Amino acid sequence: MRAFGPRVARGLLVAVPLGFLAIFFLWPVGAILGRGLRTGGSLDLRSLAEVWRDPSLRHVLWFTVVQAVLSTIATLAVALPATAVLSRFQFRGRGLVIALLTMPFVLPTVVVGTAFRSLGLSGSLTAIITAHVFFNVAIAVRVVGEAWRALDPAEEDAAQSLGAGPILTFTAVTLPALRPAIVAASSIVFLFCFTSFGVILILGGPRFATIETEIYRQTAQLLDLHTAAALSIVQLVAVVAALLVAGAMTSRVRTSTRLPVRRPPPTSRRSQLLLALGLLPATVLVTVPLGDLVIRSLANGAAGYSHLTSTPIGAPGSPLQAIATSIKVACVATVIAVALGLALAHALTRPGRRVGIARVAELLVLLPLGVSAVTVGFGFLIVFDTPPLDLRTSWWIIPIAHALVALPFVVRTTVPVLRAIDPRQRETAAMLGAGPAQVWRTVDLPIVAHAAKVAAGFAAAISLGEFGATLFIVRPETTTVPVAIYRFLSRPGVTNVDQAMALATILMVLTGVVAVVAERGSRIEARS
Amino acid sequence: MTLTVTNATVRYGTTVAVDAANLTLEGAEIVAVLGPSGSGKTSLLRAIAGLEPLTSGTVTWGGEDLTRVAPHQRNFGLMFQDHALFSHHDVLDNVAFGLRMRGVERGERQRRAQDMLELVGLVGFDHRRVDHLSGGERQRVALARALAPSPRLLMLDEPLASVDRERRDQLARELHRILRANGTPTLLVTHDLDEAFGFADTIVILDRGRIVQTGPTRAVWRRPHTLAIARFLGVSSDIACPRASGLVTTPWGSVTTDAPGTGTTIVGFRPTDLRVNAGGAVTGRVVATWFRRDHFVVDVETAVGRLTAHSSNPEPVGSAVALAADLEAAVLVEPAPTGA
Repeated sequence: MRAFGPRVARGLLVAVPLGFLAIFFLWPVGAILGRGLRTGGSLDLRSLAEVWRDPSLRHVLWFTVVQAVLSTIATLAVALPATAVLSRFQFRGRGLVIALLTMPFVLPTVVVGTAFRSLGLSGSLTAIITAHVFFNVAIAVRVVGEAWRALDPAEEDAAQSLGAGPILTFTAVTLPALRPAIVAASSIVFLFCFTSFGVILILGGPRFATIETEIYRQTAQLLDLHTAAALSIVQLVAVVAALLVAGAMTSRVRTSTRLPVRRPPPTSRRSQLLLALGLLPATVLVTVPLGDLVIRSLANGAAGYSHLTSTPIGAPGSPLQAIATSIKVACVATVIAVALGLALAHALTRPGRRVGIARVAELLVLLPLGVSAVTVGFGFLIVFDTPPLDLRTSWWIIPIAHALVALPFVVRTTVPVLRAIDPRQRETAAMLGAGPAQVWRTVDLPIVAHAAKVAAGFAAAISLGEFGATLFIVRPETTTVPVAIYRFLSRPGVTNVDQAMALATILMVLTGVVAVVAERGSRIEARS
Repeated sequence: MTLTVTNATVRYGTTVAVDAANLTLEGAEIVAVLGPSGSGKTSLLRAIAGLEPLTSGTVTWGGEDLTRVAPHQRNFGLMFQDHALFSHHDVLDNVAFGLRMRGVERGERQRRAQDMLELVGLVGFDHRRVDHLSGGERQRVALARALAPSPRLLMLDEPLASVDRERRDQLARELHRILRANGTPTLLVTHDLDEAFGFADTIVILDRGRIVQTGPTRAVWRRPHTLAIARFLGVSSDIACPRASGLVTTPWGSVTTDAPGTGTTIVGFRPTDLRVNAGGAVTGRVVATWFRRDHFVVDVETAVGRLTAHSSNPEPVGSAVALAADLEAAVLVEPAPTGA
């Protein structure tokens, strides 16, 4: 680095990740926009109008919104009672319940889809909504729960001392204080349900299609890239709108740096009953499908597992090959996402005079969070098919896509930690003779290491479960586990279903192991 | 070796935090930059440290221009107000940090760090965690850490501000002893009069980004350039008195002045230096009285204006009192000699 000089090194830290985003995100998304909005080199909005005019596509739009709204309402209905009792009472096993309720968030959609299939729930709106609730309870519990714990109980005490009963206290003090958190959580849940792909594809069957699955169908089955691009644009607009609402609300969520107030244990009969009633729906919803999946995978003398091994490992598309590919891809994607994510986080949190550039970078980094994986996959498909970047046959395209999906999570996990470092710590180090690189190594790294570990776990879990983008760019010899599961599920026959169940269980265990290893360090926080 | 700050200006957007400041620091001197909060003293300190870019002006050390030198290459020590200890390191590693950055080998830097801990009176604290230390202990660790690499200049930002009131006096004395024993040139910024006048050889008074007075500690304390500076330095009573041939005539007698010519000189008193006393030369009526632990403070309306004085008794409002002055402690407002 010395050869370049510090300024060049710092420039590279920003330029490399931004270049990555430009090539692998802006270009593909831009290409989609181009396809959807232009014909023969001129702006043409006809394709958008066609989407609107086609009754079946209009039905797809309508259904996308309806299922997302219903899923969001159902998620709140299940999650809020659980959040309420988790926030109000201190009890043994509270941390465990929170871990259990938030775990589904890292589970691959394909695993969850398979689990609900195994319960016999599929091909119905109920199945889709239940699966969405299963996933998103985690978001509501985390976002609303944190805001609830940050509430100052003195405010509620004050209301009661002013003559408000429990109900009035809740509606006049607690609920208004929680409203931004609830709206923020709702808009994130809505966003995830709106862009949900794996769940719909596996549980929806041919009857239920959303914009996401329709983009896939138009591309992969009907080869109508024009309509797919138009649908992607509709999707993009809706997502950006939901993101803006979520962003506006998140900035209003009260965060507290003081230690959470110790809540009372549920001593009275009444509070114990409340606790049980509050937790029951959420815990049942989370445990039953996963338990059933594991049990089903072991049925018939664990036939699914023995079938998995029957195809030789070298054969393209063999389940064992898929497991090896998934692990390899997850490792590479994690390394890329964490390296680029840390570089970006560093650049974003360094006080600099060029604030404008930092703003643009921050927005650019978070965009892939909202843009659906299917859009990314579709964009890859139409862009990286010609030299100089003909990556269709390259194995690298998969970990790159996964890293792109994981990157915003890495940035979001590490930026707050870096921001929280007192700038005087760095200045003190500099005054004591540490150059920029040494400052980073001695001040930033020890503090951000833990967050980076969590982010790495997150990235690995995302990569292991990534389905939407992968489905577009995968080739037989690079099949990942989620794709393999999907292929098994789409073929008829008990053997295939058995193998899907077994493979889904393996993927769940893999993801679980990654999540547990990554969360190890953060136990201390969870305990408080 | 001399630190010279010439025409230093620090600007944030349109606000001028430091306005063309000039300052020199020579030998093993302790200089205190004193000013109310928001006067730009921290910006000045950070500019000298290299942490804040100068909009214009220069910082030199012994003739070497440091204006464009990075903070880590200046070999200046800085102790922040809240100490900024590295919480992921124990006490010894904190103190040895600067030596590690300079590539001093392990044994040597541990020896040196232990010497520093001895200097600040923390023998045996080597492997304590810094977040388990008291405010005073943290302050001493921060000082040991700043001194360990033998900086050519030590800078302290409100060194006692984050220490409990009760422990302050003792720590101030301790800090003074260490600074004198160590002999490193020291620049201190503070808004606290005790801190500034307790340590420094030279006082620099900063007001809204401008240096308004520089001088030896006693001179600044006794001869502020303006009434505003006098008030900032605790003067609560002021009387305009006639001046002729080096003598200022106050109601209590004459005091000598360096101000030339004939005219009016403002003479100020701190509350402690005026007393309610039966034989006092100035009389008046009490308009307010407060109890202050071991004494009373009274406001008295007199022919020469409203004066604030100490009293042993709770003089009732409206009663007539006489005031005596300690002329030795009289403060003369003497404008800076023109051209300086």
